[in-house]
Amino acid sequence: MSIRVHSLVKKFDQQLAVNNISFEIDKGNIVGFLGPNGAGKSTTMKIITGTLPATSGKVEVDGIDIADDLQSVKELIGYLPEHNPLYLDMYVHEFLRFCGGIYKLSGKKLNNRVAELVHLCGLEKEQNKLIGSLSKGYRQRVGLAQALVHDPSVLILDEPTTGLDPNQIIEIRHLIQSISKDKTVLLSTHIMQEVQALCHRAIIIKEGKLVADQPVSELTHEQEKFTIRIELASAADLIYWTTHDLVNDLKKITEAQYLLEAKADIRKEIFQWATQNNVDLIGIALEKGNMEEVFQKLTKD
Amino acid sequence: MWSIFKKEINTFLNSLIAYMVMAVFLISMGLLVWVFPDTSIFEYGYADLGIFFNLAPYVFMFLIPAITMRALAEESKTGTLELLLTKPINESGLLIGKYLAGVALVVVTLIPTLVYYFSLSYISNPAGNVDTAGIMGAYLGLILLASAYTSIGIFASALSDNQIVAFIIAVFISFIFFMGFSSLSDLEAMSGLDIQLEKLGMLAHYDALGKGVIDLRDVIYFVSMTIAFLGATFWILKMKKWNS
Repeated sequence: MSIRVHSLVKKFDQQLAVNNISFEIDKGNIVGFLGPNGAGKSTTMKIITGTLPATSGKVEVDGIDIADDLQSVKELIGYLPEHNPLYLDMYVHEFLRFCGGIYKLSGKKLNNRVAELVHLCGLEKEQNKLIGSLSKGYRQRVGLAQALVHDPSVLILDEPTTGLDPNQIIEIRHLIQSISKDKTVLLSTHIMQEVQALCHRAIIIKEGKLVADQPVSELTHEQEKFTIRIELASAADLIYWTTHDLVNDLKKITEAQYLLEAKADIRKEIFQWATQNNVDLIGIALEKGNMEEVFQKLTKD
Repeated sequence: MWSIFKKEINTFLNSLIAYMVMAVFLISMGLLVWVFPDTSIFEYGYADLGIFFNLAPYVFMFLIPAITMRALAEESKTGTLELLLTKPINESGLLIGKYLAGVALVVVTLIPTLVYYFSLSYISNPAGNVDTAGIMGAYLGLILLASAYTSIGIFASALSDNQIVAFIIAVFISFIFFMGFSSLSDLEAMSGLDIQLEKLGMLAHYDALGKGVIDLRDVIYFVSMTIAFLGATFWILKMKKWNS
């Protein structure tokens, strides 16, 4: 188990920011950490990285309890904080060397690692610029490079793609995907497509409490309704299905395209009906559930 | 610790801070010791650097807080402190690195003033007739004093996220500890306690070292001042973390 969080509680004065959260993350997984603003995502991440002390509960990283040996845990974790704090008056190269130095890299090893990171994070052109002169996307890459400098086995990324343009978001996503092969990644985000594109699992919290912890595919399929998209070669009469027991609704999009909302997965029945009635069915697909809807349902008051 | 030290030194050299501090200190000292008729050695007529060692603590009282005011205030404001503390650096390593960098800058600033000693030795009559022991003792005192100021400056920088506030607090604490106690001891009301009160301040110990006798008690006084303020800073950082 790479990350184990067990009945974690964090109180700020009287306010419960994290209320008895437990979860476990296996090695090699990318897990999305979701929740509305102020739900306690950043707080939980800060506790795992040792920035904040927990009020009660236990956090283990690679089997080491952070209460016992925080220094060893720090060496295992790469952390990109929420607002990506960087030294704006340092050069990219200089900053990465400084971060490597903290992890006791030196000499040739440090040179190689910095060169590797510069390449990995696409910073070749920017490596000799001041961090303060970089755009937000490049600063985010520097932040990611900084988190990766010691080749950590656990990566904790607090909203790694906020404030980036769509191209940059995709680039950062690819970057995370490419580095995550043998690492455990816990990332928080507000972008639901990101979770669907990137994560194996989603942990959703609301007001400090865990409301869901499931594989993304299960989460999106959990709803009771199945939306089936039907494509026909030419216009046909689908009146039969409007009266079917399992069908809630039939929406006509164009002459030859329908969206059918059913209580069960009735694709087989539709296909059989089509062959029996000589309807030229050219496409039938189960629409994937929408992560946004799931999120809204789980986190709305 | 050493990576922090190196980073701080680089920051001093890359920004104008280091050059400003050195230039301001050396120009003001050069003018006071050699040029301004009110204070210059030539008008004074005696081959001693008393004027330099009397005035340097007051210049440092402003310059050192100016160096240290950003030490923790800026890191904490921009969030880089949080970033550093998630890396394998603990609070003590961070503080010692920053403290050593500050002291190193002061020592480097003092090195050119050794020229004063050699010039003085050359122009004295007969040549070479200067109080070498006194001057070396005073240099040691000045470095120890600067070390205590640096520690106070870092302490003040931990108290506030605002650099200006940190600067003012540092100047104030330095002022109280440097001359506040000895001035208080001059008060009529303090007549019974005057010796004890005077010994609490830095001025008495600094003056004692300047006489050329290196008394371990004076050295220990400055070292404990330094450690006390660094220790207090350490606890402030810890408390901030636990209360956040």
